[in-house]
Amino acid sequence: MHELSVCQALVQQLEDVSAANGRGAVELVRLRIGPLSGVEAALLRRAFPLASAGTVAAGAELVITAAPIVVHCNECGASSEAASNRMLCGACNSFRVRMVSGDEMLLESVELAVVHAAPAEML
Amino acid sequence: MCDTCGCNITDGNRYLVSPGGRLAQTEDGRAAVTVLKSLLDENDHQALHNRAHFDARGILAINLMSSPGAGKTALLEATIDALGDPRRMVVIEGDLETENDAARIRAKGVEAIQIATGSACHLDAHMVHDALHRLDLEGVELVFIENVGNLVCPASFDLGQHLNVTLLSVTEGDDKPAKYPVMFRAADLMLLTKTDLLAVLDDFDTVKAEQALRLVGSAAPVLYASPRKGAGVDQWLAWIEGELIAQRARIEAGTTRRPAVQAGGARLHATEPARGEHGHAHSHGAEHGHAHTHTHSHEHRHAEGRVHAHAHTHAHSHGHDHAHGHAHTHGDPLEHPHSHDHDHDHEHAAEVKP
Repeated sequence: MHELSVCQALVQQLEDVSAANGRGAVELVRLRIGPLSGVEAALLRRAFPLASAGTVAAGAELVITAAPIVVHCNECGASSEAASNRMLCGACNSFRVRMVSGDEMLLESVELAVVHAAPAEML
Repeated sequence: MCDTCGCNITDGNRYLVSPGGRLAQTEDGRAAVTVLKSLLDENDHQALHNRAHFDARGILAINLMSSPGAGKTALLEATIDALGDPRRMVVIEGDLETENDAARIRAKGVEAIQIATGSACHLDAHMVHDALHRLDLEGVELVFIENVGNLVCPASFDLGQHLNVTLLSVTEGDDKPAKYPVMFRAADLMLLTKTDLLAVLDDFDTVKAEQALRLVGSAAPVLYASPRKGAGVDQWLAWIEGELIAQRARIEAGTTRRPAVQAGGARLHATEPARGEHGHAHSHGAEHGHAHTHTHSHEHRHAEGRVHAHAHTHAHSHGHDHAHGHAHTHGDPLEHPHSHDHDHDHEHAAEVKP
C-alpha cells in the first residue's frame, strides 16, 4: 500500500507543473503504469482524490494507461509480450531478453485550465 | 533538461512523442504539458544524492529486502561477527515500530539508527538521508539498510544504495519469485536463508526457486545460508568483499552503480529536479563507465542434500552502466561436475546517460 506515497509525490509534481505553466488548475492527468512498476492502478485511483484534496489538482481526471510487458529477445531479435513471472521470448522461448516496457510509473502529461491574464487596464 | 537531448525517450514511450503521437497534440481550451517523468522523481533525485554521498566517502551501500522474519537481522548479526571489526559497518534499520532490531545490532558494537516508519510500508530516500546525517561514517566501508519486512513496496523505492539483496527463507516457499516478480527482479543477489531447515522441509526445491528467479528475468546470483547456524556466511562474506573491491574500482574510475532494477523511471533519468527554482547542478558523468572485479562464491545444494561450493573471479570494464549476473544451468542436478553458463547481459541501450 505505497500508492498513497506515490500519489503524494504525483501531486507535488502536478503543483510544480502548474506553477511552471501559468498556475492553471490541473484538469486531466495521464499516467502510464506497467505491471512491473509495483503500483496498482486501481489503488492509485482511490488514493488520488485523498492526496489531491485542497491542491491545484483537486478534482482532476486521472487517466491511467496500462503498459504491457514487452521484451526484446537478445537471441532471435523478436519483440513480444510476456507475463511478469514468465519473462521469455514469445518467439523462441529464450530467457535472454531485455525488457522494453512494463515497469513504467510515468507521469506522461498534464492538461491545465488556461488562466487568462487580466487586461492591463485592470491592474 | 531531458527533453532537449531526448535521453528520456525510451523504446517503451517513443511512440508518444512521434509525429501524430498523443503528446504532440494539444486540446482545445487547455494547455497540455508533456512531463514524461517517473512518479517517484523526487525520491529518485534524493537517492542520487545519497549515492553520491556514499561514493564520496568510499562506502558501499547494500539494501536488504525480504518478507518479515526471513532473517535480515540475523544475517547482519552474523555479518558483524564475520567482518571482525565492528567499525567497518553501520546499519540503518526500518520497521513500523520498536527499536528491537537496532538494539540487536548495537549489542554487537555496531552503530545503528532505527527508523520507525509508523504505518509506512517501506523506506524512502528521504528517510535514509535523514538517518545518514545521524550516523558517524568516519572509516565506515559498508552501510547496510535493512528495509521494512515486505515483499512488495520496498522494491519501488531507490534509496541510493548500490546493491539490493533479496532474502528468501526456505519456509516461505520456492515460488515466491513468481508471486512477487517486482521484488525479485530488483535483486542483485538472492539469498536463500534458513537452509538448515531444508532437511525437514519436503516442499522447498532450491532448483525451482532459482528457476522462478530466472523466469522473472533475473540473472542475479543465488547464495544459500543459515546465518544463525553459521552456514553459508563465508560465501556471503566473499560476495561482500568482492563487491567492496568492485566499489573501490568504481570510485577510482569515478563511476557508480545502481541496483539491478528500479521501477518506473529508472531509465528516464531526470537531470533537473522537479522544482524548477531549486537549482542543483548534477554530474551524471559519475554514472557512466564501469570497471569492476567480482569474486563470486556459489554453494550448491542438491536435492539429496549434497553440497559443494566453488568460487570464481572475473573482471571487466565497460563504458556504460549495465545489469550483469550469472545464470547457472544445471543439467542433471545429481551429476558432478555440472556446467556453468555465465551470462552477462549488458543493457547498454537502455542505460546510457548523456
